[in-house]
Amino acid sequence: MIEQVSVFLENKQGALKSILDVLADAGVDIRAISIADTTDFGILRMIVPDPDKALALLKDKGVTASKTAVTGCKLPDTPGALRDILTVLHMADISVEYIYAFVTRRAEDAYVILRVEDNARTQSVLQKAGHTLMTPKEVYSL
Amino acid sequence: MWQPEQETIGRAELRALQEQRFQAAWAHIWLNAPAQRGILRDAGVEQGDVRSLDDLHKLPFTDKRAFTEQYPFGLFAVPPEDIVRLHSTSGTTSKPSMGGYTARDMQNWKDLNARVCAMAGVTKHDTAQISFGFGMFTGGFGLNYGLEHMGVRILPMGSGQTEKQLMMMIDMASTVLVATPSYALYLSEAVREAGIRDSLKLRVGLFGGEGHTPEMAAQIEENLGITATSNYGLCELGGPGLSGECLERKGMHIAEDHFYCEIIDPDTGAVLPEGETGELVVTPLTRQALPLIRYRTKDITRLNSERCACGRTHARMNPTLGRSDDMLIIRGVNIFPSQVESVLIRQEHIGPHYMLIVRREGVMDTLEVQVELVDGSVLESYRMLETIREKIRAEIRSILGITVKVTLVAPQTVERFMGKARRVRDERK
Repeated sequence: MIEQVSVFLENKQGALKSILDVLADAGVDIRAISIADTTDFGILRMIVPDPDKALALLKDKGVTASKTAVTGCKLPDTPGALRDILTVLHMADISVEYIYAFVTRRAEDAYVILRVEDNARTQSVLQKAGHTLMTPKEVYSL
Repeated sequence: MWQPEQETIGRAELRALQEQRFQAAWAHIWLNAPAQRGILRDAGVEQGDVRSLDDLHKLPFTDKRAFTEQYPFGLFAVPPEDIVRLHSTSGTTSKPSMGGYTARDMQNWKDLNARVCAMAGVTKHDTAQISFGFGMFTGGFGLNYGLEHMGVRILPMGSGQTEKQLMMMIDMASTVLVATPSYALYLSEAVREAGIRDSLKLRVGLFGGEGHTPEMAAQIEENLGITATSNYGLCELGGPGLSGECLERKGMHIAEDHFYCEIIDPDTGAVLPEGETGELVVTPLTRQALPLIRYRTKDITRLNSERCACGRTHARMNPTLGRSDDMLIIRGVNIFPSQVESVLIRQEHIGPHYMLIVRREGVMDTLEVQVELVDGSVLESYRMLETIREKIRAEIRSILGITVKVTLVAPQTVERFMGKARRVRDERK
C-alpha cells in the first residue's frame, strides 16, 4: 500500500521551509507534494521514497506528522482522463476526501493520489474499470 | 503531623491564641514600624481604636503598592541588624516587594514548612527533589528549610536542566518532587516522552508558587504516578508555609496560629461570611520583621473551618481560582486563565501548554487561545481539526459564556516555564 506523509503547518512565514529543511538535509527526495490551507493552518501531504524514515525525522524534530494509506492511479496525460476515474468512483458510490496529481519526466502518463475511506474497495473498482494502479515501489521510485 | 498540639488546637482555644498574638503584633507595629503607623494615622486610626480582632474590619488594607512605595525596608518593624534574611518577589512590573526575616521568623518558617510537608505525607525516610528556583524566590529555600528540619534527604536541584533532573530523579530515587505546577507538568511530560515512569520512585508532589487546576494536577499525577498536593504562600507574608494540603485533599490548611485570615469582596472591601468566595486577606500574627495589617493577597478563594478528617482543626482554603491580578475582563465577563485551563487539559489531541492572547479589535475584546496540536493522526482531514477547535470553543463558551478564537499551533511553540507560568498576553494595554 502506498503511504503518504501528512504534516501540520502553522500559517506563518517559514513554516513550510522549516519542514523542507529537515527533509532536504536528510536527503529525502519528495516525489509529490500537496498543500491545502485554511486561514489559520495548513496540511502538507507528501509522497516520499521512505515514508517511515521521513516520519521519524520529522517527529524527532517535534513536528506533528502522520502517515496514511492512499491509492495511486496511473492515467493517460490527456483531457478527460481524471474525469473518467472520478466517474468510476462516483458510480461505485465512493467519495474522495482529496486528490492530487503529478506528472513526471515520462510525459505520456500522469498520476493521481486519491485519499478515500476504503482503499481496497477503491482499488478493485478502478482495476475492474480497466485503470492501472500504481504500486508503492513505482510511486516511491518515480 | 509536625506540631500536633498546635495543628489540632480547639477552635475556641485557637481564637484566644490569635487574639493574644494579634494584641502583641498590633503593639509591635505601633511601637516599631513608623511607616505603617503613618499609614494607619493617615486613615484616621489610633492605637486605642482597636481592642480585639473584632475591630480588625475597621482597619485599612495593606497591599502590594505599600511595598512598592516603602521599598525596600519602609514597612519593616525591626532594625536592619536584626534581619537575617531577605527575599523578594520577581518584580517584573515595578520594584519588587522585599520580604525579611528575623532569626525567630526563620525558626517559625522552618516549622511552618515542615507542617506543610508532613501534611502531604512526607517523612524523614523520603528523598525530596526541590525543583523550585532558589535565589530571591521564597519557594526553594522555604521548602528546603522545612524538609531539612524534618530530616528529609534533599536534592536542591533548582529549576531547569530537565535532563539532569530526570537523571537524578532516577539515580537518587527521589520520592518527593517540590516544584511549581507548570514546571512539574513540563517535567512529567519529559518523563512520559522518555518512557521512564516505571524507573521512578516518586510518590508525592508538593506544588506551589502559583495556582493550578485539579485537571492539571490530575495530569501530573498520571504522568508521574504520584499524589499531587498544593501549598501556598506569598513573599510579603513570609513565603510558603502559610497553607498546605493534607492527604484528604479538601483544601489547604492555613497555619491559623500564625496568620489571621478574612475573605472580602474584592470590589467593596466588605468582609464576607465563611464559605463565600472572595479575596483572601491575611494579618500575620507572629512575624517580627514584617508584621502587617490586612494584607490583600489578590487571591480568590473561600474558607472552611469545619474539622478535617485528618484531625487538623485549622481552617482550609480552596486552591486559589487565580489571582485577581490575573483575572481578565473580556467584554465585561470576568475570566480566570485557570478556567480556560480546566477545559484545555481534558481535550484529546492537544498538548497541555497554552497561551491566552487578549486583543482589542475595534471596540470588541477578543480572546485567542493557542494550543499545540500534538497528535498526527488527526491530520487526515480538516473536519477532524475543525472538530477539535469547535469542541474547545464550545466548552469554553459553556463555562465562560464568551466565544474565543482557538488556534492550533505546532508542538513546542508555546512558551514553557521553569518557574511561575505567564500564560496570558494582554495586548490591550
